[in-house]
Amino acid sequence: MTAIPMADGLILGGILFALGLAGVLLRRNLLLILVSIEIMLNGAGVAFVAAGSRWGQADGQVMFLFILAAAAAEVAVGLALLLTYFHHRQSLDADSIKEMRG
Amino acid sequence: MLRLLWLVPFIPLASALALAILRLSQKAVAWIGTCSIAASSLISLLVSISFVTTPPVSGAYTQVLWRWFDVNGLRPEIALYLDPLSLIMMLVVGFVSFLIHLYSTEFMSGDDGYGRFFAYMNLFVGCMLTLILADNLLLLYLGWEGVGLCSYLLIGFWYRDPTNGRAGRKAFIVTRVGDTAMVIGLFLLFHELGTLNIQNLMHRAALQWSIGSTGALAAAFLLLGGAVGKSAQLPLQTWLPDAMAGPTPVSALIHAATMVTAGVYLIARTHVIYSLAPQAQFTVAVIGASTLLMAGFSALTQHDLKRVLAYSTISQIGYMFLALGVGAWPAAIFHFMTHAFFKALLFLGAGIVIESLDGEHDIFRMGGLRKELPVAFWTFLIAGCSLAGLPLITAGAYSKGWIIWGAYSAANGSAGLWVVALGGVFLTALYTFRMIFLVFFGQKKSQVTRMPGPAMVVPCIILAFLSIAGGYVKTPFSNYLGTVLHWDSTVTHGVSFDENTSEAITALVFLLGASLAYMLFLRRRQWAASMVSRPIGNLLHRFWMSDWAMDWLYDRIFVRPVVWIARVGKGDLVDAFYAGVGRLNEIAWRGMSQTQSGRLRWYAAAIAAGAIVLIGVVMFS
Repeated sequence: MTAIPMADGLILGGILFALGLAGVLLRRNLLLILVSIEIMLNGAGVAFVAAGSRWGQADGQVMFLFILAAAAAEVAVGLALLLTYFHHRQSLDADSIKEMRG
Repeated sequence: MLRLLWLVPFIPLASALALAILRLSQKAVAWIGTCSIAASSLISLLVSISFVTTPPVSGAYTQVLWRWFDVNGLRPEIALYLDPLSLIMMLVVGFVSFLIHLYSTEFMSGDDGYGRFFAYMNLFVGCMLTLILADNLLLLYLGWEGVGLCSYLLIGFWYRDPTNGRAGRKAFIVTRVGDTAMVIGLFLLFHELGTLNIQNLMHRAALQWSIGSTGALAAAFLLLGGAVGKSAQLPLQTWLPDAMAGPTPVSALIHAATMVTAGVYLIARTHVIYSLAPQAQFTVAVIGASTLLMAGFSALTQHDLKRVLAYSTISQIGYMFLALGVGAWPAAIFHFMTHAFFKALLFLGAGIVIESLDGEHDIFRMGGLRKELPVAFWTFLIAGCSLAGLPLITAGAYSKGWIIWGAYSAANGSAGLWVVALGGVFLTALYTFRMIFLVFFGQKKSQVTRMPGPAMVVPCIILAFLSIAGGYVKTPFSNYLGTVLHWDSTVTHGVSFDENTSEAITALVFLLGASLAYMLFLRRRQWAASMVSRPIGNLLHRFWMSDWAMDWLYDRIFVRPVVWIARVGKGDLVDAFYAGVGRLNEIAWRGMSQTQSGRLRWYAAAIAAGAIVLIGVVMFS
């Protein structure tokens, strides 16, 4: 099994991260924003794993496990907020929440 | 008995404090306010009797109460000094003030500020007594400023009318100009002579300064500045006519007992310095002479009864300054005393007239009050005769005759000053009888609505008695004051006629003025009217009516430039800098608060952009 070059892994991670960011910025649906955040997290995870394999260290994969745990927690909180919000507004439009403007 | 001296200024001051703090009924206020002055003048009488019957060895009594402060050689004491000069001032001020207070109990009844009025009045008298009895110039200055403060408070007493407040401020600011000169004079005296105790000061000045030396001249001129401001002399006399905005008893108090005579007292008290500075003393005489003429002309044209009296006060204080200037010191103090009696009476009488006509001030709308207000008429007539100097009978004739004789015969006297003083007599007789004829004779023009009660009538009668009897004490007065003021009535300087001739000529001039007033304002009133209707007469009339356009001049020279500078200076550079800092912060705040849009996705975009910028910076630097 030949090692995948680190650059490829990083580029994949970068593309995933950029796609996720674009989703966060361009999507108006809160649910899809959450999904996009997951994609960004995974992009970062791919970068870690790629770096770990390049140096032959397990740290990268360990870090990805942490990211997974954090993502799971984040999704739990995020979905709960989402549900509550939907109960109040009957909508998931991110742009309709502007009460916190200065 | 002399040990009670401290009570004389203390009682009015304490009662002023009590009246200011406590909320009392009108009756209680009247009792406390009047009794405090009565007690004070009673004690001053007891002290005086003891002082005169068993005079202290040194000729004066000093009562040290406590040391005020002790800073680098300046150790003023709160100490009172009683000598014949301060004794006479104290008695006159206390007694006349008491009568005015008694009058005020009725005059002011029903006024909202009854308690406030008596508190101010008591404070006024207390400050004046402090000024008179002060042992050093610093304590005198304290009383001096206290008097200025009270005049401000009382002139603007009816503060709801803005013109009254304006008159009060004017009085305060104009006298302040003089006070500044005076305080610089005190600095100079302390710097040169190392003390402010008046007796030490006089002693050291005589030792250290030769006649006409610069130090003596500067000190004398600076003190004169203070005296001119307080006593409403040229060129700072403009505040006094406007001071008529206050209640009438206040005018009586300011003109007769307190305030305006303070300048005369100051010069008499420090007369040693003036003897050392002949030029300054001559200036005093010239100021007095020109003021008495100018104010006389102004009084001639006024329509407001109280303003006529105000100008007559300026003119009479001018006589006192003239006497001080020529070196006839006791004559000035004697005229102060008689003037206190008749001027207080004139104001109290004017108060009765104005009250009874429902606040009418214009003498051309009065007339024929002789029958309606007999007591006011007779007392006012006596006081008016005393003011004009009806010879032989009235007190004013004795004091003024003495000054006129002094203007000719005293150390610095001259024929020119004598003629000016005589001109003043003519003017005084003319405007006094113009006032009396217009107010009390002729036909009735206004309805009398109120009659004065006993508390207003009794002080008038007592003062009328004093306005006549006050003159008969001239000889003992002269002898008594002569010891402390260095005056010898027998010494005359280069005269070609004697005192009796001068008195006779004065009497003649008085008769001339009085009869001219009789012709112009009683028999042939159309003469006066036709005089004013001619262009030149009209011009002079307006010129004198506006007090020689002095107010106009000061407005142009001082008031407007200051207001202009204040307006320009309002936006000065330093202010602009600090305002700019504030403005900048405000702009930044507006900008920043715009970014808090509340839009989630914009925040995310901003974070992303920030991250990109940071990474870029890290990568390319």
